[in-house]
Amino acid sequence: MELYELTAHELMDKLNNKETTITDITKSYIDRINDKEKDVEAFVTLTTEQALEKAKSVQEKVEKGEVNSKYAGIPIGIKDNICTKGVKTTCASRMLENFVAPYDATVMNKINDENMIMLGKLNMDEFAMGASTEYSYFKKTKNPWDLNRVPGGSSGGSAAAVAANMVPWALGSDTGGSIRQPSSFCGVVGLKPTYGLVSRYGLVAFASSLDQIGPITKDVTDSALLLNLITGHDEKDTTSLDIEKKDYTKALVNDVKGLKIGLPKEYFGDGINPEVKQAILDVAKKYEEMGATVEECSMEVTDYALATYYIIACAEASSNLGRFDGIRYGYRTKEYKNLKDIYINSRSEGFGEEVKRRIMLGTYVLSSGYYDAYYKKAQKVRTVVKNEFDRLFSKYDLLLTPTSPTVSFNIGTRSNNPLEMYLADICTVSVNIGGLPGMSVPCAVDSQGMPIGFQLIGNHFGEETMLRAAYTYEQNTNFKANKPTFKK
Amino acid sequence: MSREDYEIVMGLEVHAELSTKTKIFCSCPTEFGGEPNTHCCPICMAMPGTLPVLNEKVVEYAIKAGIATNCEIAKNSKNDRKNYFYPDLPKAYQISQYDMPLCERGYVEIETEEGKKKIRLTRIHIEEDAGKLNHDEYGRGSLVDLNRAGVPLIEIVSEPDLRSSKEVESYLRKLKSILEYIEVSDCKMQEGSLRADVNVSVRKKGATEYGTRTEMKNMNSFRSIVRAIEYEADRQIDVIENGGKIEQETLRWDDVSGRTFPMRDKEDAQDYRYFPDPDLLAIKMSDEYVEEIRRNLPELPESRKKRYIEEIGLPEYDANLLTASKYLSNLFEGASAICNNPKAVSNWIMTDITKELNERELEPDQIPFTAEQLGNLVVLIDKGTISSSIAKKVLVELFENPKDPMKIVEEKGWIQISDEGAIKEVVLKVLENNQQSVADYKAGKDKALGFLVGQAMKETKGKANPGMLNKMFLEELNK
Repeated sequence: MELYELTAHELMDKLNNKETTITDITKSYIDRINDKEKDVEAFVTLTTEQALEKAKSVQEKVEKGEVNSKYAGIPIGIKDNICTKGVKTTCASRMLENFVAPYDATVMNKINDENMIMLGKLNMDEFAMGASTEYSYFKKTKNPWDLNRVPGGSSGGSAAAVAANMVPWALGSDTGGSIRQPSSFCGVVGLKPTYGLVSRYGLVAFASSLDQIGPITKDVTDSALLLNLITGHDEKDTTSLDIEKKDYTKALVNDVKGLKIGLPKEYFGDGINPEVKQAILDVAKKYEEMGATVEECSMEVTDYALATYYIIACAEASSNLGRFDGIRYGYRTKEYKNLKDIYINSRSEGFGEEVKRRIMLGTYVLSSGYYDAYYKKAQKVRTVVKNEFDRLFSKYDLLLTPTSPTVSFNIGTRSNNPLEMYLADICTVSVNIGGLPGMSVPCAVDSQGMPIGFQLIGNHFGEETMLRAAYTYEQNTNFKANKPTFKK
Repeated sequence: MSREDYEIVMGLEVHAELSTKTKIFCSCPTEFGGEPNTHCCPICMAMPGTLPVLNEKVVEYAIKAGIATNCEIAKNSKNDRKNYFYPDLPKAYQISQYDMPLCERGYVEIETEEGKKKIRLTRIHIEEDAGKLNHDEYGRGSLVDLNRAGVPLIEIVSEPDLRSSKEVESYLRKLKSILEYIEVSDCKMQEGSLRADVNVSVRKKGATEYGTRTEMKNMNSFRSIVRAIEYEADRQIDVIENGGKIEQETLRWDDVSGRTFPMRDKEDAQDYRYFPDPDLLAIKMSDEYVEEIRRNLPELPESRKKRYIEEIGLPEYDANLLTASKYLSNLFEGASAICNNPKAVSNWIMTDITKELNERELEPDQIPFTAEQLGNLVVLIDKGTISSSIAKKVLVELFENPKDPMKIVEEKGWIQISDEGAIKEVVLKVLENNQQSVADYKAGKDKALGFLVGQAMKETKGKANPGMLNKMFLEELNK
């Protein structure tokens, strides 16, 4: 077995037992990247040279006893909307093609403090707006299970790189499903934490009230390990919650007896692919077999969630993306005679179609005369969604749904139909609206050999219950027998 | 119809920079000046991924201002984004407050010719200042300086209760004085830390509806505000008298030409798309918190005034003038503490210092000398070291080149001659040289004495002790 095939916790064990070295691990991943990146195209920027140098120096520090962290020397990939000092942060946009942040995101400080090794910045839909990573300005990332298909999005580069074993794990960001949906498409584990659990400082904002950074990993244990590293209150982000830090690996217990799981019927309606539906129902059955109670429930407001999500997310985005004006940094048009030209041309040329579409949508719903009908109403529905979740979580410990109504689709089939693309988020957006934690866990492959993931939704700060259920499922099934085939 | 048939109606939006040490959403210094873009960081430069963190001092200062202007303090408030593009606004939105300001429904009392008048305040809210554009100063077009971006401001919005440029001036002076007293803003108009948007409309006297208003932005001197209002009211009356209609527009006052000009095209009518800032939490204020601030509020002008009248025995007019500015009031109290002669200090401030300020077109906060120096000046007079006519010269020196008055007196050789022998010598010399005046005096012309004293003063360059001179002339003349 090659080093790159291992999970992060397996690498940690090997390092701990002195069965391998940090440099060997890093080299193994670099070789793998050299082998697979041309097919998968998961990276926007590779930092393999810096990684190798850092690996050597961390290895030395470990040998001298100066560094004593289990995370030390473990490679990682970072979604390209998380600011990294000295390395380009492009958000897969022409607007930030050459942007180098002068500071590190809070999560990067945590990663660097532990002496982890960043292998590169991962591709995504431009400014995290999309569900297939096709809206990247630079390249289209392929799904490692079938290179003709999308990896999902917007954290498609992160999910594909993990699935292709080019990184042991990665950070993604999730505004409406951007960690969970690509994880489901690529057969890996993706976790979106409770809003406020992870600092957003240094995450280039898409929709501030919905964005969260989270781990994309090969298994549930790694998910808990990486979550441990990135959580915690941050003075630089007032929306990050000041609560006691938990050790999520303690939740990795192979037991779901007594857990009450709700199955909201609205997630199993017409739009869902029958094979996906069957796979999720099989998961439900498995949970029952393992000792949990599974019960159908209803969350009627689900029908309004997608519209509510797109109004709130676009409204916030239209304001958040105002700073890309061609004045201080980022792309500036060459064609201008006055200030107005700089704004209009820089933004017209620097942003892609989908980003412009969402800025226009957001600008519209915040405009005077439309604010009450759209934005304000959406905020009201948001409260209703939260109340609905509260009601459900007074009865259930977890909710079980599909992560996506379909498996991965072919490249180019939806990118010209925004509405159809938006439907890819239908199972995931409510979680962000409610600020709840959600997780996608791989459970099956369909008749075409494409992975299917199920989604667990937890109550606020219910990460431990979610991880426990996911871990138990993983321990009692054998999804790992399926491997990405790089089908051409 | 003539101007007298119209009533001018005005409301003000006053922006005051708060004197917190750090900016409203990051820890950069708020200090004025500095090389361009040296007081900024990724947050106030709006680098991607950065987030604002509200400076709690800003909330505290705004509440102080609210309490001092009799406002109701909100229990729940929030920050909103005001979206628009301009190069001095790095985020392309200003974090401000829209529908839930910190303070509402207050008033400020001013003195008018018809007596006291309450000017109602609609609201006080907090927001961040923008940066500054340097047009062509560096020879390469417009450059952006973000030192001021994120400096905290309060915006104080009044109801349209003001009826003359005089009222506007007293209102502004009163507001400035309050903010200075409670130490939330240094209100330096010349540095732009206090500026006002003036809304002006006119209507026929007796009309119940307001006329269409125009807004003059960013006015930062009392003199130009008064001039601009006069000009704009006349202009509006002219337009109406000639059968025209007032356009609601934003104007720029040009001090050089003494005219107002439209500032923006109408096609740029702004829709700011206000919405709650999702990066910041709602602001909640407990009664205890507000009460704590109320308890610790510094003494306000009204209370000082009362003290000056009742304890020191100053006339109301003087007490009013002294307390109109915290700087004057502090100068008064500081100098009085040194010389223990508050009435003399008050006199100096009311007469000579005010005269110098007017001549030099200075505001009290620009007085270059200290309270200690003024106190020492009064001590020198009281001790007889200098005469009051010399003291006036010392005061001018204090404005020109402030240092300890004793030093000035020594350097200039202005010490009063109180030596009996020296004075006698001068008196005899003057009598000797002015026989005619001596004769006049003896013939009953008392005025001649004044002339003789004047001559002696001239002889000593004003340094002779006038009381002793008088006494000695009388002695000699009556011999």
